[in-house]
Amino acid sequence: MTSLMDHQARETVGYSFSESTASGVKQHGFYPYTDNGGSTLGITGSDFAILAGDTRSTSGYNINSRMVPKVFKIGGDDETGEGANIILSVVGFAADGTALKERLDTVVKMYKYQHGKPMTVSACAQRLSTILYQKRFFPYYVHAILAGLDEEGKGALYSYDPVGSYEREQCRAAGAAASLIMPFLDNQVNFKNQYIPGSGEGHALAAKKAEPLPLETVKGLVRDAFTSSVERHIEVGDNLQMVIITKDGIQEVYHPLKKD
Amino acid sequence: MDHFPGTWGRPRNDVYGAYDPSYLQSTGPKTHTTSPAVTGTSVIGVKFNGGVVLATDNLASYGSLARFTDTKRLRIFGNKAVVGFGGDVSDMQYIDRLLESIDIRENYSSHGNMLNAKNLHTYLAKVFYKRRSEFNPLWNHVLVAGFDGEGKPFLSSADLLGTTFSAPHLATGFGAHLAVPILRRLFPEEKPIEEISREEAVDALKQCLKVLFYRDARSLDKYSIAVITQEGIDLKEDEQLEGQSWAFAERIKGYGAQTV
Repeated sequence: MTSLMDHQARETVGYSFSESTASGVKQHGFYPYTDNGGSTLGITGSDFAILAGDTRSTSGYNINSRMVPKVFKIGGDDETGEGANIILSVVGFAADGTALKERLDTVVKMYKYQHGKPMTVSACAQRLSTILYQKRFFPYYVHAILAGLDEEGKGALYSYDPVGSYEREQCRAAGAAASLIMPFLDNQVNFKNQYIPGSGEGHALAAKKAEPLPLETVKGLVRDAFTSSVERHIEVGDNLQMVIITKDGIQEVYHPLKKD
Repeated sequence: MDHFPGTWGRPRNDVYGAYDPSYLQSTGPKTHTTSPAVTGTSVIGVKFNGGVVLATDNLASYGSLARFTDTKRLRIFGNKAVVGFGGDVSDMQYIDRLLESIDIRENYSSHGNMLNAKNLHTYLAKVFYKRRSEFNPLWNHVLVAGFDGEGKPFLSSADLLGTTFSAPHLATGFGAHLAVPILRRLFPEEKPIEEISREEAVDALKQCLKVLFYRDARSLDKYSIAVITQEGIDLKEDEQLEGQSWAFAERIKGYGAQTV
């Protein structure tokens, strides 16, 4: 009865087309993003950089596919990736990730054609930040990590937020299991909360200093990080893709992970 | 005489209330397709030795109404690839016209239409991604089947957000829940597709369609099935599900006449 009264109250206006639409504009509910799960991880050493990611693609509780790689070679041949000296990992909304990867790939290729030399990692890192920030108000919903070797031949790793803030780091985990992997990395790569035994009492106790790790150790850390994430995160699993960049080029390896 | 056509032929306002003018959208923002209207349900596909099979049922639903029961949701592209459409039927027909115009244009070139299923999938994914980025999505989830540039069987998915993935067997919509587990049991992922015969693949899809007809309320027992091999495409569009058994329904409340 109340609703009928309400209608009669509005009657005073009389005609449908003269009435304002402000009362109840039908809002549409198209949400242009989705989360495709998965996790990525990057670690650098004195003469190498590793980017790794699992290959599972999810939507909700469904597994779309067990083989969708998240780490890409940038600026190389389209099919083989040959000639590339930069790698990029993207995790989050996979369609944005693919679009971002393709844009950066084009930019790096154009740079090479126009300048006759490959783009440096630091230049590429700044360019990626600009690409992300250009879409500040409709962002690429991804956490990107860029890696390569710097001008001195040292491993270089840059991590990004979806709108382009970036910094160079020793290691970074991103994606669904970032909160599980990152503390492990803090402890095992940057030696946080590790002290030198017998170096003193209380505050005099000396912290263990972080130094670049050898490649084999880092490979082991990456595999441990992912096998552990698989245990506790349902969106991580299937296969581990590891891309290693050294002065000799880019090496790509896959290892099986649990498929449950 | 009432000179305002907006009020002509309407139920009496004093009894039924005034017309809700928000439906007229005379002011306010321009809006796009915000939800699908006439829809098709699952598309399922599986690779086998030397080709791919794709299947859909022939129903187009209008909400819960089974509106059109002879809708062809498998479309052939240039005698080389097949696209299976789920989601909005009008958007499917738009994409079909788009693909038709590409096929015609390509056939004017000296080599004829050289585009394979992989090229077609890349194109469709970009169309979907562009439209979602304009907030004017094409409300579909499609499977593309055929061969890649190397002549290997190809099966891949693209959806309204531009998300893409591929796997040895794929299903959209309800099929992702009901058909994929059946296909994964029949053809485990470690089993190479060379060990799957055409007959096995076709039988598996028929079994999946039957399960979908049992449990997907927006499905039909009339279906289309396309077998894509190097020899060509074998498309059957007026098939009938065989060997149904509703014996299980007898014990389930809600399926038939209730005794309690």
